[in-house]
Amino acid sequence: MPPRILQTSTEPAALLPDRFQAWFAARGWSPRAHQLALLEKAREDRSALLIAPTGAGKTLAGFLPTLVELSAQPLTRDAGAKKNLVSTGRSVQRSGGLHTLYISPLKALAVDIARNLERPIAEMGLPIKVETRTGDTPVSRRQRQRRYPPDVLLTTPEQLALLLSSDDAPFLFSSLKRIVLDELHALVTSKRGDLLSLGLARLWRLAPQMRAIGLSATVAEPEQLARFLVPQPDGKERAADIVVAGGAAPPVVEMLDTRERLPWAGHSARHALPEIYELIKANKTTLVFVNTRSQAEMLFQNLWSMNDDGLAIALHHGSLDVAQRRKVEDAMSAGRLRGVVCTSSLDLGVDWGDVDLVVNIGAPKGSSRLMQRIGRANHRLDEASRAVLVPANRFEVLECRVAIDAIAENAQDTPPLRTGALDVLAQHVLGCACGEPFFSDELYGEVRTAAPYAELPRQDFDDVVDFVASGGYALKTYERFARIKQDKEGRWRVANPKVRQSYRMNVGTIVEDDMLKVRLVRSRGGGTGSTGVIARGGRLLGEIEEAFIEGLSPGDTFVFSGEVVRYETLVEDQVYVSRAHDKDPKVPSYMGGKFPLSTYLAERVRRLLDNGRAWGGLPEQVRDWLSLQKDVSQVPAVRELLVESFPRANKHYLVCYPFEGRLAHQTLGMLLTRRLERARARPLGFVANEYAVAIWGLGDLSFMIRDGWIDLNALFDPDMLGDDLEAWLAESALMKRTFRNCAIISGLIARRHTGEEKSRRQVLFSTDLVYDVLRKHQADHVLLRAARADAATGLLDLRRLGDMLMRIHGRITHRELDHVSPLAVPVMLEIGRESVYGEAADELLAEAADELVKEAMDRSG
Amino acid sequence: MRVSRVTISDVTFAADLSGALFWDEQRLLVVSDLHLEKGSSFATRGVLLPPYDTIATLGRLAAVISRHDPRVVIALGDSFHDRSAHERLSAEDRDAVAALQSGRDWIWISGNHDPMLPRDLGGTVADEVAIGPITFRHEPTGAYGEIAGHLHPKARVSARGRSMERRCFASDGMRAVMPAFGAYAGGLSIRDAAFAKIFPQNGFVAHLLGDRRVHAIAASRCY
Repeated sequence: MPPRILQTSTEPAALLPDRFQAWFAARGWSPRAHQLALLEKAREDRSALLIAPTGAGKTLAGFLPTLVELSAQPLTRDAGAKKNLVSTGRSVQRSGGLHTLYISPLKALAVDIARNLERPIAEMGLPIKVETRTGDTPVSRRQRQRRYPPDVLLTTPEQLALLLSSDDAPFLFSSLKRIVLDELHALVTSKRGDLLSLGLARLWRLAPQMRAIGLSATVAEPEQLARFLVPQPDGKERAADIVVAGGAAPPVVEMLDTRERLPWAGHSARHALPEIYELIKANKTTLVFVNTRSQAEMLFQNLWSMNDDGLAIALHHGSLDVAQRRKVEDAMSAGRLRGVVCTSSLDLGVDWGDVDLVVNIGAPKGSSRLMQRIGRANHRLDEASRAVLVPANRFEVLECRVAIDAIAENAQDTPPLRTGALDVLAQHVLGCACGEPFFSDELYGEVRTAAPYAELPRQDFDDVVDFVASGGYALKTYERFARIKQDKEGRWRVANPKVRQSYRMNVGTIVEDDMLKVRLVRSRGGGTGSTGVIARGGRLLGEIEEAFIEGLSPGDTFVFSGEVVRYETLVEDQVYVSRAHDKDPKVPSYMGGKFPLSTYLAERVRRLLDNGRAWGGLPEQVRDWLSLQKDVSQVPAVRELLVESFPRANKHYLVCYPFEGRLAHQTLGMLLTRRLERARARPLGFVANEYAVAIWGLGDLSFMIRDGWIDLNALFDPDMLGDDLEAWLAESALMKRTFRNCAIISGLIARRHTGEEKSRRQVLFSTDLVYDVLRKHQADHVLLRAARADAATGLLDLRRLGDMLMRIHGRITHRELDHVSPLAVPVMLEIGRESVYGEAADELLAEAADELVKEAMDRSG
Repeated sequence: MRVSRVTISDVTFAADLSGALFWDEQRLLVVSDLHLEKGSSFATRGVLLPPYDTIATLGRLAAVISRHDPRVVIALGDSFHDRSAHERLSAEDRDAVAALQSGRDWIWISGNHDPMLPRDLGGTVADEVAIGPITFRHEPTGAYGEIAGHLHPKARVSARGRSMERRCFASDGMRAVMPAFGAYAGGLSIRDAAFAKIFPQNGFVAHLLGDRRVHAIAASRCY
């Protein structure tokens, strides 16, 4: 789409009342074109999507129509004075609800925006009341807000869902004129977006006059995003008007031209530490983005160890204790910090003032994502943001190179609009019943006005309602325990008040991993594994995923909260660690990055590799590496899949280069291993990174391929997504985790709340067991369908894997080599560093048992 | 299939992958903590877990019974998830239980979840049973020769940053705690203090239920 530089047909003077013009003038500003454009859209009673970079005065643009409209209302507006009771014949109706709703993905952002709005309102003396409502708002104030709502309420998708399920919803929302959706590009990529879309559908019914303004960073498909903002008519597509703000100076992005040797693998960028340190030193305030918490921990620790100048450098990521994060944020706002090492925890939101450089460590993953990060530097439009990309290994150099090219072309790779999830729909259906009884036909029609649910089949909707009512089981034994029941007219209503209460406790779509509190205590020293008494208490360092701790044995060391710590023991939900003196933690990472390489950048990397003439833009070391690959094997061609096989140290390896990201590669590795096992190729394990998959085994893979025992086209046939996938899904831990999330979001089981952690002695039931039983006895149950849909795009990335297999079908190039190829080195180096996937329980258990035998033999010998 | 053995107080049992113990000489099969109708028990409180757990548990029980064809079956307590669970059994489930009981002795041992066992489901009801050197009771006391359930032992083993958790038998050769058999029965880590009370020497072994065999691993290696 060509950028739509906007033109307003109306004169600014006609759009902006005198008071506003004077206010702009007094500050030495003039209203920006897109701000006026939104005013005009409001006047024309149109919904609009504003696409603008950070620093473009986006928020003010979103609120100007509201401020202008409300500035005309009578000056005196005491709480409650305007609330009139109006007789509607049969009953009494209240008037005086909300005028404008503002929805933000972050509660901190809502609070920050409220503060920013107070200023123009106070300075212009506008009779407008603005309030926030988040999970932190005191109960008394929340109750008052429901009785005496402000003009403008700033809140989150979850709070909106809660308000919609309350008796006050018709009063609060029927007068609504506008909804402003901030950071819409970020909201719509998750289930929170699904929940929000359903909330919007409800609002369109309660307040047909309501118009929406979406505020978004640049996205790949603005027309699709614009559909989100208006009710979708049956069988057709409708979209809001799109307003694109122009005028941002293009960012200046470069790749760190390191003086050091570029590592073959790893994500720590340790080679570039002194250079990163120099960058921080040379700038006023630098944001250093990394992709995972463990990288943040590691980098922060390393920077501190070389901080001879005593620079104020801080650490910020989602697992740190909230108080600690606030402290960093405050110091940052006050301009007291020279550098902050952070994860995506700082991708969005609150304005940080004078950040003059963004450093991005490691792979950028996606061009849009990188552009948004870079936008965090310098929130003034007319000045270019500056960023330095620091690749942590040779492959990442390629990724950084194509990301810089993509940014120069302003090429976006945000994901397409979601298909609404069924577990979120289940939550919404229960919420609707909590509000007021509904007819299935009516609610189905309403739900389909939400863009993500526009194509929802009736059968799915009915299955969801059946699930909400009595579990949706083929075995109809729960009718008497139903949560919602149909009355004589056929309306669904909540069966008892407890249902309403449990809905309120479980609203929302963010399922935290099970988190454990990490406390620092003094080491007990001595051997590992004994459950001796440990001093309770200890300083709270933050929280960590239970799954990570489960992979550790007592005595293992890892980095947390900027220090190397030693895992001591786990008591209930507390992990006790002590300070370790090792320099290198034994367990290097947790989980790995959340975001896989985008399809778009992957495609560009493949093209770059295939085009030798474009290698000129790469560092010499990388050019040499690729040239060597060309000599020894070959460079993967754009439309083909390169497969190499070679022996090494009594084992045989098979390496392929799909470039489809770690998640899809893990799934691929798992499925290929199963197939090779069946072909009696005796595979032992595999490892996956963002670019490649390496499988090794005892059988001579080269010979088997040459001999026709293994047919590569058959091995990589898309039919692996059939039975093999089914068999694997039955036992996959990732699938079980996906199922658990769906079970929680759909309301099948309650999420755990802090303060009522399950005691480890009293595990009530495990969703893994529920998954096993449900899968065997009702494989088409709506929750399993929901989990499967998640698996397509989530942790298993099945859709992407499927697309790749189709793309390369019949286009496999095999190279039989004597040695490991240069291109294979990075993934080979991950062996032993990354956890080896494969869920063969018996092998792992046997290994543990053998170790025991060996120990015993050693002792006796 | 390799048969794993667990010796308790000089009696050798076959440890079945399903979590049952079989005493060949006596042709006696023990299973513990079936927790039948746990799903519907939650349903009464508004948590609508899939109502297939009883079918699943009885199906697995039928399989292990047909593998060993025991003369005696002991259900070692907590066979029913709550006091009225047996009333919620479907007619089909009752028939299934009757079929399993036919041609053999069946002993329901009472547990804390089912202190008042139904009299209309066949079999004999007892608080504990002693056969030779072995005593079968629900709650472990640590006594010599005791086979108990109640604790739902499970163990986790880790290697190279990944880990695996399975139900297990816990035994030090003198006494044993059996894993829960029920489809929805959760587990308690064998590193919990409750196990230290039963195995005072701390030198017990976890017999983990793998996919194809049972693995004996020292409890000190698990957590």
